[in-house]
Amino acid sequence: MAHWQPTATLETLRYRAKILAQIRQFFEVRDVLEVDVPVLSETGVTDLHIDCLQTQVGGAIQYLQSSPEYFMKRLLASGSGSIYSLGKAFRDGERGRRHHPEFTMLEWYRTSWDECQLVEEVTLLLRELGLGCDTETLMYGDVFGRVIGLNPHTVPLAQLQQKASSIAGDDFSNESRSTCLDLIFSLSVEPALPNGLVFIRNYPACQAALARLDKDPMGNIIARRFEAFLNGVELANGYYELIDPVEQKSRFDADLALRQAEGKPAMSVDTRLLAAMDSGLPSCAGVALGVDRLLMQLLDIDDISHVMPFGHVGNNCE
Amino acid sequence: MANYSTNEFRSGLKVMMDGDPCSIVENEFVKPGKGQAFSRVRIRNLKTGRVWDRTFKSGESLEGADVMDRDMQYLYTDGEYWHFMEPDTFEQHQADAKVVSDTAKWLREQDTVIVTLYNGVPLSVLAPNHVELEIVDTDPGLKGDTAQGGTKPATLSTGAVVKVPLFLNIGETIKVDTRTGEYLSRA
Repeated sequence: MAHWQPTATLETLRYRAKILAQIRQFFEVRDVLEVDVPVLSETGVTDLHIDCLQTQVGGAIQYLQSSPEYFMKRLLASGSGSIYSLGKAFRDGERGRRHHPEFTMLEWYRTSWDECQLVEEVTLLLRELGLGCDTETLMYGDVFGRVIGLNPHTVPLAQLQQKASSIAGDDFSNESRSTCLDLIFSLSVEPALPNGLVFIRNYPACQAALARLDKDPMGNIIARRFEAFLNGVELANGYYELIDPVEQKSRFDADLALRQAEGKPAMSVDTRLLAAMDSGLPSCAGVALGVDRLLMQLLDIDDISHVMPFGHVGNNCE
Repeated sequence: MANYSTNEFRSGLKVMMDGDPCSIVENEFVKPGKGQAFSRVRIRNLKTGRVWDRTFKSGESLEGADVMDRDMQYLYTDGEYWHFMEPDTFEQHQADAKVVSDTAKWLREQDTVIVTLYNGVPLSVLAPNHVELEIVDTDPGLKGDTAQGGTKPATLSTGAVVKVPLFLNIGETIKVDTRTGEYLSRA
């Protein structure tokens, strides 16, 4: 007989409902507006490593959104002030103990804030949701240097490839700087992070995504990007947002060139986002947080499908 | 053989790596939110038994290995080769000492074992978890010493030597766990 039962217990689902309600309350008292932006759009994202799910609407191709970011930025440009979204996001090909192609994402933007202020608010929110652990903020370059012994901002590519190859046990000598950093950070740095809530700031410039670039006190060019790790698990990703439309357009174009080089399908650039940025995106900081992963940590559950009412059974993770 | 991409990796999948047939023991999907996805794989070399970890960029692929496990009946050994038979086709296979290795000491004629074939040729032989074998040699049972719960070596009909309780004698049949080589009970 078909397996029809939920993948989470009813007790977990009650807890999940309580957390969702508490998140909404947290933002309501802070006067941050909830926006339930569309999940379907005519454009997806150009990110090399994010594959959008594609569907047909009335015969035309549309994409399930991998994050509410572009719609939210259009609202910010129209003068919404600080906003949050609590809803579903979709990413093809991502499945494992901590990944699910459909997941729940909390994303919010604070106008006139920078990423350091936002880190404070992420901490406050997590405390309010019941997280009672130590918090620490580390610089990407410091923690990478301490664990790996290399400066991630300046190390020559060949040396980075050699390090990645030895950690992977596979040949990484033709891989990009960013791929090597991803591998080394995921396999060697993350497991060495302290327990509790750890914020990593000042990412290498090649991993800026949609964050502004800046210089750190040592003169390294860094991205004003942060990530939150909870007991070594990636939980949230935030930026002091890039607001320059010219720079944004050139990053989209760089993404498309990389997609082409890797033989991945080309994606249309979201011209409405660029137009909104042209008209003026207010200075802001934004962050996206994986709600399912947070629940896993709060409940000490190690399979993401067990915090979802109906997750994929038989995940490809064994 | 077909090629398998990282998204098809799962435990038990047989693939070729560095020229040898291997089995995937574990596969973990690793991906930073904005970054490159990887498959972190634990692999066992089916020839040498060596287990190690290797991480692949998602989308890479490996050639499948023509490896299958078959239930077969152990027939006999001629000293150089051990002979096995597939029960449904009566097809016979021979395996040398390198393939049979330590399993040889648990092989009793007529018992069913698992023979792993690689390109149709035996690669390894796995004994049943539990076998029942007769004691052919051991010191006489020491009366009065049973309270100590001591053990003594006993040679079994296949040549295996296991530690058994002091009260057992030649001619008795015992049950042994082949994974640990430990005495379980009288059969």
